[in-house]
Amino acid sequence: MDHVEQVRLLERFSNKSTSGTLHLTATHLIFVESNNTATTILHHHIASVEKLSLTTSGCPLVIQCRNFRVVHFVVQRERDCHDIYSSLLRLLRPVSYDELYAFSYNPKQNEQQREEGWQLIDLGAEFERMGVPCDRWQLTDVNRDYKICETYPRDLYVPITASKPIIVGSSKFRSKGRFPVLTYFYQEKKAAVCRCSQPLSGFSARCLEDESMLQAISKANHNSRFVYVMDTRPKLNAMANRAAGKGYENEDNYSNIRFQFVGIENIHVMRTSLQKLLEVVGSRFLSVNDYLLGLESCGWLRHVKAVVDAAIFLTKAVTVEGASVLVHCSDGWDRTAQVCSLGALLMDPYYRTIKGFMVLIEKDWISFGHKFADRCDQLDGDPKEVSPVFTQFLECVWQLTEQFPQAFEFSEWLLLQIHEHVHSCQYGNFLANNQRRREELQLGDRTHSLWAFLLREQQNYLNPAYCPTYADTHPVLEPSTLPCHFKFWRNMYHQFDRSMHPRQSVLKNVLTLKESNCQLEDTIKDLETVSTCIKSNFICHIQMVSRYPVLTTSACLAFPTDPVLTTSRTVEGSSGTERKESYSDLQGTYGAKAEPAVVSLEFGVARMTC
Amino acid sequence: MFLCSHFILTQPVTFLVKHQQRCQEMEFAELIKTPRVDGVVLRRPFLPTVEGTLCLTGHHLILSSRQDNTEELWLLHANIDAIEKRFVGSLGTIIVKCKDLRVIQLDIPGMEECLNIASSIEVLSTLDSVSLMYPFFYRPMFQVIEDGWKSFLPEDAFKDLESMTEEWRLSDVNKDYSVCSSYPPLVAVPKDVDDDTLRKAAAFRHGGRFPVLSYYHKKNGMVMMRSGQPLTGTNGRRCKEDEKLINATLRAGKRGYIIDTRTVSVAQQAKARGGGFESEANYPQWRRIHKAIERSSILQESLIKLVEACNDQSHSMDRWLSKLEASNWQTHVKEILTTACLAAQCIDREGASVLVHGTEGTDSTLQVTSLAQIILDPACRTIQGFQALVEREWLQAGHPFQQRCSQSAYSNSKPRCEAPVFLLFLDCVWQILRQFPCSFQFSQHFLVLLFEHTYASQFGTFMGNSASERSKLNLSQKTVSLWSWVNRPQEVERLSNPLYEANCLVIWPSVAPQSLLLWEGVFLRWKRSSRCLDEAYDEMVHIIQYNNKELQNKVNNLRRQLAQLETEEPLLQTP
Repeated sequence: MDHVEQVRLLERFSNKSTSGTLHLTATHLIFVESNNTATTILHHHIASVEKLSLTTSGCPLVIQCRNFRVVHFVVQRERDCHDIYSSLLRLLRPVSYDELYAFSYNPKQNEQQREEGWQLIDLGAEFERMGVPCDRWQLTDVNRDYKICETYPRDLYVPITASKPIIVGSSKFRSKGRFPVLTYFYQEKKAAVCRCSQPLSGFSARCLEDESMLQAISKANHNSRFVYVMDTRPKLNAMANRAAGKGYENEDNYSNIRFQFVGIENIHVMRTSLQKLLEVVGSRFLSVNDYLLGLESCGWLRHVKAVVDAAIFLTKAVTVEGASVLVHCSDGWDRTAQVCSLGALLMDPYYRTIKGFMVLIEKDWISFGHKFADRCDQLDGDPKEVSPVFTQFLECVWQLTEQFPQAFEFSEWLLLQIHEHVHSCQYGNFLANNQRRREELQLGDRTHSLWAFLLREQQNYLNPAYCPTYADTHPVLEPSTLPCHFKFWRNMYHQFDRSMHPRQSVLKNVLTLKESNCQLEDTIKDLETVSTCIKSNFICHIQMVSRYPVLTTSACLAFPTDPVLTTSRTVEGSSGTERKESYSDLQGTYGAKAEPAVVSLEFGVARMTC
Repeated sequence: MFLCSHFILTQPVTFLVKHQQRCQEMEFAELIKTPRVDGVVLRRPFLPTVEGTLCLTGHHLILSSRQDNTEELWLLHANIDAIEKRFVGSLGTIIVKCKDLRVIQLDIPGMEECLNIASSIEVLSTLDSVSLMYPFFYRPMFQVIEDGWKSFLPEDAFKDLESMTEEWRLSDVNKDYSVCSSYPPLVAVPKDVDDDTLRKAAAFRHGGRFPVLSYYHKKNGMVMMRSGQPLTGTNGRRCKEDEKLINATLRAGKRGYIIDTRTVSVAQQAKARGGGFESEANYPQWRRIHKAIERSSILQESLIKLVEACNDQSHSMDRWLSKLEASNWQTHVKEILTTACLAAQCIDREGASVLVHGTEGTDSTLQVTSLAQIILDPACRTIQGFQALVEREWLQAGHPFQQRCSQSAYSNSKPRCEAPVFLLFLDCVWQILRQFPCSFQFSQHFLVLLFEHTYASQFGTFMGNSASERSKLNLSQKTVSLWSWVNRPQEVERLSNPLYEANCLVIWPSVAPQSLLLWEGVFLRWKRSSRCLDEAYDEMVHIIQYNNKELQNKVNNLRRQLAQLETEEPLLQTP
């Protein structure tokens, strides 16, 4: 069975529906409406499929996607519905990496382009940009063969004074062998941001090598006599871990540290919190009070703020006090990644550019072994390992872009697009849990890089208000931590719910205008050249004739009519050209009732009664 | 930002101070015990502190550092909502809380000076006498190009209506304000209804507010009317003239909708106090829909709670969200918008005429009728059109601005009739503006400006509670109109929305809670450094203007030149 006809697609927040044909391919689910507009859903994006009980109009099928799209189909015949349901269930649960879309995706590129795409980001060069190696930090080859820590990258940076025995000893004392290594170097104060996992201290165990390791980190920074150790977990969680032989650093054993808990909750709390949030905002006829109470009780914004608060703490310690900071949580690949990368974003303007942001994700998330495969549920695995940690990081970045509209080269569209592809498994970047596994899968040879794709169309992701000189006056961002400055990210969690969004997008308009400005500037340059040529009589007729038509066409392009973004997602309302269509959308919704005896007018989510 | 721009203007301070002092000598001398204190420190959030001389005049609190090019503070006493005093040793501190929600701190050396200043501010900011208000003393320091008092006359508005339909006439039944004290002298009514019928209908409606035309929908000829509640009382009184009046607006065989802004139970309770609603039996051609827009006293409480939540220094997310929720402000916004959408929907989609009323017909009714026009009528989304709308649906329609806006969110005194009815309307307009950012000729600056001027202003526009009060105060002769200020080219440019492209369509906003935002431009305006947001906005304006003006012009010029050169060229070659 490859397609089912006469399927209705119900709109999520109104009573409107469209009918069309549902196609099932090896990689996509495609719904084609009678007017030929298509809704395409990648199988990897589907988080769950649910068959609801039969109604008079047919058999309802609800599909929830990881990019927060929720579609509700009604299939006429139950048998068809069951067929789709069971086929989807089978397609949804890939058991091996080879089944993932990235290995079959072919964007019509030649081999050279593909290889170049993978070479765009070079972490060695990134550490060089930070000023490492230097007289205090060096590259170590202890993990060349992933022997010390298989979830770390091969290249690691440690203090010059940290000898191999110290490293080996320290790694044995750290959960999963994730010993303290450098992730960001704040050149101005020579202060380091290091990361690791929790120590295996239990109630009383200690490790001299680990203590020497922290000593070495401390010694590498002359600004401060101590190192901050940020345990990003709530104190209670950390204490509970002691019973399992893990735990946190005892200040008595480490003479040179200042220990601090920052209280970010674990992956399970975050998963439940987002689920609750989605339940709240997904309900129809939601009242303002239920919405706000729901926002409060799900705790999502509180968690987002906790992560930002932690990043601010880190930033202040490094940039104001000039102290080095060691960040960890339990395994050092979730909260630690969030805090280190967000802190670096606040400290270093480079990470606020498009390329820099990619480098940041590549460094703190991909190379240091954030478990994308487990957290994003790429293969059929343990549902308890799934958690929106990376989504939460993207949201923190979005909150910052809202507070500092001039500081970021990219707009939220880049964040949304990255989020889309973290789950799409279309590119190789985010597959698997760590670098070692990626190398085994030979992703560099068999898949394409997302960064190359994003950089190619980067004009779509530009923030028109971006001011490159902003970094000179504000090298370090100091965000407000007042709760009123944290907002619900509608364009993420409702990105496919058109009716929720502004009908016209400022971002899109200004972006289009900015692009047209560039074209106009070119046109002016061309026109000026031509006119100087004519004036100086240098030009012969043939040249004139051949150039002029070209110029007129380019000038006609002053206002490009094509929408800038070609993705099917409505990010911030619809463009000017779509406007009419979206009104007719509404027209359908509020179509006049033939018999007004029982008046049940409807507007948006509001219901009027007579 | 532009907080004091309309007070400072470009005149030298000394001139203004002299002018102020003259006024002060006359009426305010005994109220100002200490007119001047040196060494006062002004503290404002996100702005550098300023040390300077504090002057009190009859209408202003002025702080000047007496240095060139430094910012000065000019604050209208009328803008002060509440003050707090604190003393540490002989250093006194006055915390001034303004009606525009700003909070500033003045450190005043000397306990006596501080006490004097505080008591003067308290008295001067709560003067009851209308004739002492600043608009009567204010002399414009700008050239009035067009007198705002004459910009929006009902006669002119009716000319537009006449060009569309002949079914309406302008009645002067209220020319001496005797039929309805809160209506203007001229109102539009159905042509076939005579003045006598109007008088009888007026006797049957709350405050004499008989149904009058609010909006004519050109597209299908449907209308929106507004009125006060019918005085049916518990006995179910009826009034044939009232029925005749509103039925005259229906086309043959057509039904209309009555939108009662109160819930059924509130409307029922109103019967006991002589009010009520239109019964099905007496108004068979009308279908009544009840909505739930809150009474004004509840709205005031909501504003106070919201502002308190916004000023809370706590860093707890839960506390913020629960306080925001408990304020119910966003609920009111949603309720008002929804009702306005319903009215617009009845007119545009159902093709039916609508009558809107609540109790008095001067608050929630006007919120609904004016917002419905924003949705339906593109003209209301222009700068001029929006002023006309405010003039027509709020000022002429008798919204009691003076009563509603005499206190804002900080005042300690017991609220009497204060309510942020108009502010809620502006908030709703802002919500629509956010959702259709290219369909309005004005930016949110205009809405913020109107908010400020309804609470404290040098202009007479929002003084008084009705057309009759304004005419008694002779405002058009004795004060300057806000519209005279707004409609100067440089102000129009400042208030313009650079993204505006005329959109002749009906604009349907989303009223989902996720689509409604807290209006940061008003409620969080003083809560963060606005500089960076302003700069981003300016950058956007620059991009657009650069495109529209500079580049397009340049291209056109060059093309013209080129064309010219081309035609000249053969000449050059053939001599």
